[in-house]
Amino acid sequence: MGSLLTQAFTGLGIGATLLLIALGLTFTFGQMNVINMAHGEFIMAGAYTAYMLQGSFGRETSLLVSLPVAFVIAGALGVALETVLIRRMYGRPLDTLLVTWGVSLMLQQLARDLFGAANVQVLTPSWLVGGVHVAGVDMPYARLFIMALVAAAVAGIWVYMTYLPQGRRMRAVMQNRQLAACSGIPTARVDRRTFFIGSGLAGVAGVALTQLGSVGPTLGTNYIVDAFLVVVVGGLGQIRGAIIAAIALGVLDAYVEWGTSASFAKVVVFVAIVAFLQARPQGLFVLKTRALT
Amino acid sequence: MLRVEGVESGYGRTTVLFGVSMEVPDDALVCVMGRNGVGKTTLIKTMMGVIKASRGRITLDGRDITDMRSYQRVRAGLAYVPQGRASFPSLSVRENLQVVIETSPHGVAAGQAALDEALDLFPKLRKLLGRQAGFLSGGEAQQLAIARALVTRPRLLLLDEPTEGIQPSVIIEIENAIAHLNATNGLAIVLVEQYMEFALRLAQRYVVLDAGRVVAEGATEGLANESVRKLLAV
Ligand SMILES: Nc1ncnc2c1ncn2[C@@H]1O[C@H](COP(=O)(O)OP(=O)(O)O)[C@@H](O)[C@H]1O
Ligand SMILES: [Mg+2]
Repeated sequence: MGSLLTQAFTGLGIGATLLLIALGLTFTFGQMNVINMAHGEFIMAGAYTAYMLQGSFGRETSLLVSLPVAFVIAGALGVALETVLIRRMYGRPLDTLLVTWGVSLMLQQLARDLFGAANVQVLTPSWLVGGVHVAGVDMPYARLFIMALVAAAVAGIWVYMTYLPQGRRMRAVMQNRQLAACSGIPTARVDRRTFFIGSGLAGVAGVALTQLGSVGPTLGTNYIVDAFLVVVVGGLGQIRGAIIAAIALGVLDAYVEWGTSASFAKVVVFVAIVAFLQARPQGLFVLKTRALT
Repeated sequence: MLRVEGVESGYGRTTVLFGVSMEVPDDALVCVMGRNGVGKTTLIKTMMGVIKASRGRITLDGRDITDMRSYQRVRAGLAYVPQGRASFPSLSVRENLQVVIETSPHGVAAGQAALDEALDLFPKLRKLLGRQAGFLSGGEAQQLAIARALVTRPRLLLLDEPTEGIQPSVIIEIENAIAHLNATNGLAIVLVEQYMEFALRLAQRYVVLDAGRVVAEGATEGLANESVRKLLAV
């Protein structure tokens, strides 16, 4: 019983990280209809940011400093990618997919050149070492911290989307880009901001991942497929759908992995998702859009 | 106010408009008519910058807007109510208007004042402010679409078939609103309309399109003319 719950808790931790990555993806995917294959490398950039900053800020505070810095660095990378490449390939999703995949490989190589091919470690601050043991469940502080971080990020996004003018514009552009433009909304500026936030969230996720394992140039690729699955299952541009899908995927992953092996777990999860999409191709929630005709 | 000169446009390799020229005088309501598929919507979309003119020129009060983006045209004084009364479906009615006011070329305060005027014009919308736009009836959605165009305080309003598929009682409300905007507020309007009696009551001038070309135009009194009526017959 205890290990069953421990497994659920582990799954929740995986789900939380996935959610952060998937939320960023669902924004950029939902808004611009492009698959950004380099999203995973923004995670990696965030993780290396934490690695770099621990030299200057020390073990106890560097993690907290890393969060906003990684958000800005990954966000800036996203804006650069959007402005230089993705914008120019609007309406050509396949080209975008290939080109951003190329960018992703280049960024991995850049990380290898800068930091070496070997994985590096980001130290855990002493206040995250250890954990609590409640009702037979082991809850490491690091995972609790990540869950709190993700909960705060989701709440922040929700407030942004619901109450701030910028968030309203973002939703309007997601729902009907043409109508938004014809109503005086500068869609290109909204796209840039969306990319900043979406990519920045990947950077924050990268910082969080440093507390679950080591950091290497291919850190992002390990998570990006799962994050895409969350986006597809959750329904494009849907926060609610992404939350449910991420938690479900994380917990499913943890349980199946517990009973079998890691690679077999992936297969089982994948089959479950394919079956789900057969039944509900639009994902958990649908964004109703109507084009101008 | 608006001058369209020799405009050619279309979709991809398909050309739909072949050198269309027309003019909207200050304060005037011009009705664009023609059968289904002749290019009325394409003309309005080209005016709004949804599609680019491949040839020709569009000027607003002498200012060349041919290469402006849609949102810049809104700042220049154009507003557009698309055919099919599109909205932001999962935003509430209030948010549909709010999101436009927040980028309004005249600032938020002027936008709020314009919103009050628009709600006076369509009092039904006041009770629906909290409703998701995707759940409005056709008539309500049309009124929201017009209100959303008005909160930018346009000088020229482009209306694409505002009565299409709407019940008669609401058509009357929309007609009164359009008449009020044009006659009392002096708002210049381009109205695409198939329903000829409706157009005749409102417009001072008309333009008839056929196969992407202007085939007749003039003051609406001339519209009783049999040869023009024939061009409109379905
Ligand atoms: N998005 C589009 N892509 C390709 N062709 C289109 C598109 N929209 C309209 N057309 C074509 O352009 C022509 C004019 O259409 P439209 O301007 O919508 O006519 P109207 O509004 O007068 O009914 C039609 O032949 C139509 O099939
Ligand atoms: Mg039409």
